[in-house]
Amino acid sequence: MSVKYTEDHEWIRVDGTTGRVGITDYAQSQLGDVVFVDLPAAGRALVGGGEAAVVESVKAASEVYAPVAGTVTAANQAVADDPSLVNSDPEADGWFYEMAIADPAELDRLMDKAAYDRFVAGLD
Amino acid sequence: MTAEHDLKKTPLYDLHVELGAKMVPFAGHLMPLQYPTGILAEHQHTRTQAGLFDVSHMGQAWINGTEVAASLEALVPSDLRSLERGQTRYTVLLNDDGGILDDMMVTRPIYQTEGSRMFVVLNASRTLADLAYIGQRLSGRAVLVDLDERSLLALQGPKAAAVLSRFAPEAATMRYMFARPMEVAEIPCRVSRTGYTGEDGFELSVPADQVEELARRLLQEPEVAPVGLGARDSLRLEAGHCLYGHDIDDTTDPIEASLAVLVGKRRREAADVPGAARILKALAEGPARRRVGFKPAGRQPARDGAVVLAPDGTEIGVVTSGGFGPTVGGPIAMGYVQSAFAGPGTAVQLVVRGTPQPAVVVKLPFVPRGHVQP
Repeated sequence: MSVKYTEDHEWIRVDGTTGRVGITDYAQSQLGDVVFVDLPAAGRALVGGGEAAVVESVKAASEVYAPVAGTVTAANQAVADDPSLVNSDPEADGWFYEMAIADPAELDRLMDKAAYDRFVAGLD
Repeated sequence: MTAEHDLKKTPLYDLHVELGAKMVPFAGHLMPLQYPTGILAEHQHTRTQAGLFDVSHMGQAWINGTEVAASLEALVPSDLRSLERGQTRYTVLLNDDGGILDDMMVTRPIYQTEGSRMFVVLNASRTLADLAYIGQRLSGRAVLVDLDERSLLALQGPKAAAVLSRFAPEAATMRYMFARPMEVAEIPCRVSRTGYTGEDGFELSVPADQVEELARRLLQEPEVAPVGLGARDSLRLEAGHCLYGHDIDDTTDPIEASLAVLVGKRRREAADVPGAARILKALAEGPARRRVGFKPAGRQPARDGAVVLAPDGTEIGVVTSGGFGPTVGGPIAMGYVQSAFAGPGTAVQLVVRGTPQPAVVVKLPFVPRGHVQP
């Protein structure tokens, strides 16, 4: 089990060839109060870096991208019902969807926790 | 794009930063979008307690001259001559075609010391253009005095009157849409019982060098919290108020903007409003489109620019403001539709990221306005 991060502030918790995806604490702090999450349906094919979900805060809509290519296997109904979970627990209960990863080698291009923390520290 | 160093700071910039505000560029100024509690909490605080807003970016000016009310009527559809001393009126500055150049507050001062001067408050992004336009059209009859040295605070919410009365007892007995000079905590202010949030409240024109002192005094009161532009937008949207450049602009006239109430009876009868042909025709026959509210059926917000469709898929309008209404507890929007679809209860669809979502046309405002008349 490992967690990888993108420059678009998604995280993916990897277990073998499946991954659980959400947005980082930094991302939720930048978005502000989340009021709606549009999640992908199970079975949807995702392109690495392509749009996978939409998160709406009071002030704006933002796209959430797929960290790697694959197929959606489940969406988090709890976060659809209570979008504020994205603010209160972004990197655990506030996850967005689970996916079957097409090519685990793609994960090597993503950042680990230490690299992501340095990346965020470099943004203002 | 405006570089950060070209942006103006209001006299409260350091206070905003100290309070942990997220500062963003807005209309040429660096303004607080939100404080650490966030937009939802700030919105709810304003609806239940009292929110303090820095609106110093807005333009304030005196129009000095003789018969200013009569002269200024050439540029607005409202009856300004009938304004009582101390009375404020919301109106729109019009071009000769009846298009809206800005919306503004006009006040006849309570004390008439020089001619018949009027006080105006203008949108930040429009102030320079407005003053140039008014100055040119009233040339020889009026002189404009732009009040750069004045800041503007808004104290809004059901507790605003109780709070302000502690610093200025006369505030409690002020009538809605009236203004007067008043010392607030010994600071000489112009106070009006007006606002943009749909709540009872006040706007305070304050000498720029004393505004931080006054803001700090007000923030010490237990009912008062600072509120940023984010909640100001959700509050005004729930209250059904227009945002210039979104819900109204120089292509919209007051009738299609559902602001026909601004057109004074005397002005209609005299047919002397700017763009009279267009405006009187729209009044008589009804405008081709109207500004209305939309309530999406689901939870997904529809924002500025979303296309509005009839149930059969025909394009009938556009969303001009939209988002989440914290007091409503769901998405809300306003925009324009062809008049045949403007009746409350009409089913429409709002296209969000390519997908039509069901919504219904509703009367504005979304939240009953809390103005009080003591």
